Formats: sequence, C-alpha cells, structure tokens
Amino acid sequence: MNKPIAGGAGSAAGLEVVLPHPRTTQPQRLTRLLENERALAALLLAPAVVILGTFIAYPFIMGVWLSLSSTSVGNAGEFVGVKNFAKAWNDSIFRTAFGNTFFYTFWATLFKLTLGMWLALLLNRHFRGKRIVRASMLLPFIVPTVLSTFAWRWMFDPTFSVLNWLLFRADLITTKLPFLSDGTYGMWCAIVVNTWRGMPFFAITLLAGLQTINPDLHEASSLDGANGWKRFWYVTWPLLKPVTIVVVVFSVIQTFSDFQLIYVLTGGGPANSTHLLATYAYQVGVATGLLGEGAAISLFMLPVLFVVVWLQLRYLRRMEGA
Amino acid sequence: MLIERTWKRWVYFYIPLTVFVVGTLFPFYWMLITAIRPDAELYRSWRAATNTPFWTLQPTLEHFRDLMAKTTFPQWLWNTFFIAVASTAISLFCGLLAGYALARLRFPMAGALGTSIFVTYLVPPTLLFIPLANIIRTFQLGDTPWALILTYPTFLIPFCTWLLMGYFKTIPKELEECARIDGATRFGAMLRIIFPIAVPGILSAGIFAFTLSWNEFIYALVFLSSPEKKTVPVGVVSELIRGDIYFWGQLMAGALLGSIPVALVYSFFVEYYVTGLTGSVKG
Repeated sequence: MNKPIAGGAGSAAGLEVVLPHPRTTQPQRLTRLLENERALAALLLAPAVVILGTFIAYPFIMGVWLSLSSTSVGNAGEFVGVKNFAKAWNDSIFRTAFGNTFFYTFWATLFKLTLGMWLALLLNRHFRGKRIVRASMLLPFIVPTVLSTFAWRWMFDPTFSVLNWLLFRADLITTKLPFLSDGTYGMWCAIVVNTWRGMPFFAITLLAGLQTINPDLHEASSLDGANGWKRFWYVTWPLLKPVTIVVVVFSVIQTFSDFQLIYVLTGGGPANSTHLLATYAYQVGVATGLLGEGAAISLFMLPVLFVVVWLQLRYLRRMEGA
Repeated sequence: MLIERTWKRWVYFYIPLTVFVVGTLFPFYWMLITAIRPDAELYRSWRAATNTPFWTLQPTLEHFRDLMAKTTFPQWLWNTFFIAVASTAISLFCGLLAGYALARLRFPMAGALGTSIFVTYLVPPTLLFIPLANIIRTFQLGDTPWALILTYPTFLIPFCTWLLMGYFKTIPKELEECARIDGATRFGAMLRIIFPIAVPGILSAGIFAFTLSWNEFIYALVFLSSPEKKTVPVGVVSELIRGDIYFWGQLMAGALLGSIPVALVYSFFVEYYVTGLTGSVKG
C-alpha cells in the first residue's frame, strides 16, 4: 500500500488507487459499521471511557462508600453514616490541616501569579540569550517535585542550612532560623517552595498570552500618555484575563490537593502542625490503615474542587457564547 | 518604539531578571555541589570560618558510585522509564481515538462526554488514592508495575484527549472530505490523513505525558512496596533515608540523576513542550 503523504490531493488520489472494492461480506459489514458516525464514535471512545470509568468513576463511588463505613486494613467494616466526617471535624489536627490547606493555596497562588506575571513581562522583552533563559526558567516545573523538594529540604536543614549561613554572613540574623522545626516557619517554607516550583508554569503560559497582544495597542496608549503601569493595567491585564483565569484554576486545584511537597519537606510535622488535607488523609488512611476515616478526610477537598471546576466550566461556556 | 534610559533598564529589567534566574537555578546548583562534595565537608558547622559552601576543593564521585553500587537506584531508573513509556503509550492511543471522535464526529451526548472528560482532568490523584488502593488490591495488581501503568492514564488520557482534540479542530475538514470523495473510508481517512498531520500535537502530548508520569509520586508511594519495584521519586524518599539519617550526598546524587532524563527529553523538545503547555491551557 502506498505510504500516505500528509495532506494534499496526491495522497487522496493514491488512496483511491490502492483501495480495492471489497467483495467478501465480512469486511464490508465492518466497513459499513465504521461509516456510521455513532458506531465509530462509540468504538473510538470505548478505550478512554473504560479506563476512566474503572479507575476514576468506580474509585470515586467506592471512596464515598468507604468514607461512610468503618473499613480499615484487613477489616471489611460496616456502614456508619457520617461518623467519619464528624470525627474528622472534631479533630484538632484535622482543623489545622483544613486551615493550612486554604492558607497554603491562597498565598502560594497569589505569589505564583504576581511573580509569574512579572517574569512573563520580563521574558517578553528582547535581550541576548533570551531562548536559553526562557528554557532554563521552566526547569523547576520539569524536574520531579519530590527530588527538587529534597534540595530545598537540604537548604533548610536545621544544622547545615546554606540559607542560614547566607543570612548570618550578611549580618541579618545572629541565631539560626528554625526553618522546618517550627510550624509557622514550616508552612511559609512550603509556600516558598511551591511558588518556586509553580511560577514557571504561570510565567510561560502568561508569556504565550502576552505574545498574542498586538504591540500597536501599547504604542497607541503610550502616545495617549499612559505610563508603564497604566499600560499594564488598562491594556495588558484585560487582554490577559482569560488566560490568567485558566492558569489560576489549574494552579488552585493542584495546590489545594498538594501532597508530595509537604510529605517530603516537613512530613506534616513538627507535631502535625503543617499537614494539608492530602497528607493528613495519607497519614490516617494509609500509614495508620483507617481507610474509612482517610477517605472521609480526602473527600473534604471535594466541595472546594467542585466550586472551582464549576466556575471554570461556567466561564468557558460564557467565553464560547460570546 | 518606547525608549528607555540605561539606569531604568538596569533597575526594571536586568536586576529583576538576574534575581529570577539565580533564584530559579540555585537549588539545582546546590543539588550538584552537594552531590560532588565529600562527606567530611558536607557536615561542617554553619559558622565554621573555613566553610566554603558554594564550591568544593575536593570534588568526588563517591556518592554517585555508592548510589549505583549499594542501592537499587539503576533498577528504579529502569522501572520509572518502563512505567512512563507504557502509560504514555496507552494514554496516547486512547487520547488520539477519543480526541478525534470528540473533534470530528457527531453523536448524541458528545458535549456531555467532552465535558466529563475535561472534569476528570481536574480530579486530583490525592482525592482518590485510598479507594484506588483498595481496587488495586482487588485486581491483585498491588506491588506490580501494572498498578501504575493502568492508573497513570487516569490523569494522562484526559490531558491527551483535550490537547489532541484542540489540535484536530485546527485541521481543515476539507482534507478529510477530499479523501472520502476519493473513496477512503471514514476510518481510513482518520488513520492515513488526519493522524499523520497531527504528529506535532501527538509529540507534545507524548512528551508532556512522559514527564507527568515520570514525576508522579502518590500512586507510586501507595501502590508499590518492594524496594526493587519502586520508581525513582519513591525510592529516593523511602530507601535513601535510613531511620532518621539522611545521606545527603547520595540523596542529591539521586535527585540529580533522576532529573536528568526528563530534563533531556524536555531540552530536545522544548518547543513542542511549550506549545503543548500553552495550547492545553488555551484549549
């Protein structure tokens, strides 16, 4: 059979020559079936739907069932109603984790957006070595989070912290800062690392958005007397808003459900003061083996995720309608 | 063009950009310098006058040698690679077919299906890992690479489908119609006309899927237990820390070696990667 050449009438003509008219009934029936749009669609979608159904929809239903039961490892458990949810809500560690999750998501997203926007504006200019700088800026986003977080953990090490050394040499501190051995410091360290890791994604996406903005608009507004800040606020920002909203939604979902960063950086400690919902769910559900309670804790994420996804879908619909 | 004074260019451009570059790359530099520093130098008081934290005078490969010889690190690298390639292949296959169907075919519930695939894209793994662990146990897949090869597609398929659907929509319908007039079947036109044109889209979806599965952590942590079956991120976390003791030299050597494959893939295909990244967001 001729090898098809992408596009062009040549390949189409080639196909006409090589396709014999099928005489046997078997392939003909199959061909006819494949000509039917509905049948073909069902066939093409089947693999994706089967995998997503088995490993997302089914676990989701099972998660809801687990959260309403007293299941633990090696014990089938029975229906207990909302007892797990009530127990979590009255648990002070859970309350801390719940609050931390919001705190972490809010500040990390805010920093990622501000710094990412700033970086995108810088990278949008012309300078020597632009390509290599742009490429290297994405590195934190590419490298496995767990591995880069280890580098940060080592930088925050209680005894050998290079950051303490720097601050000490710069005469900014006289004693070591307790980076990860204090709950409040620990939370802020996690926010810093999360910002470091997620900012490139914001920067590159916003940069792509910036490049679609016509430079004439800036020229026109500067002729009208707008300074740099005004040009950003009245020209760039309104045009970037759609891209920004999409990136923020993705980032909020990822940050809100974050696990690996805290798991490696603090492990939820000291004294369970830096847990997020996901790490606490892991501690209760997997490390302790209380599957029902763990499932209930992770389901506390659902309402927030639901609202965010719903807002996103509504926004997308409105954009399509406009 | 807007004209700027030199000092302004420094204050508003060069200095902030330098701060960004240094801040972004410093942890990687620190990884490297820790990995090649001998232990005697690593654990020295932070106040010692002779401390030279930013370079070392006796670089050593001892940590890399220990990592390769005394731990199962090479095996973890292979596991991660195998799992990432297999789950990427499955996801690309499913994503290609589903993306084409959603972009090109008319059928009842097309809109609803598209939306629900998009919503599954937004379901974080941390929401489902506990019930999934149960299901993996029921299917007797626990502690095998298949536990990950089959579950990674749950976040890769929605992404691939979404990205490729956007890509297919940019290909003019006329190409397909021409082929059909010339006698190609619907399926044939998809396979021989549309897919070859979509190669850049497939490539960016593939690279992205590969890096995502290379980086995945929580499923690998929960579903695998034997040391020799682990992936790099999980192996480094659970096997290189013995008790409370951190072997920082080995840890950083492992972090460096575990990052290199994705960094390489990325550097070869940076253009595709960025298009995929931004395309998926705009799509």
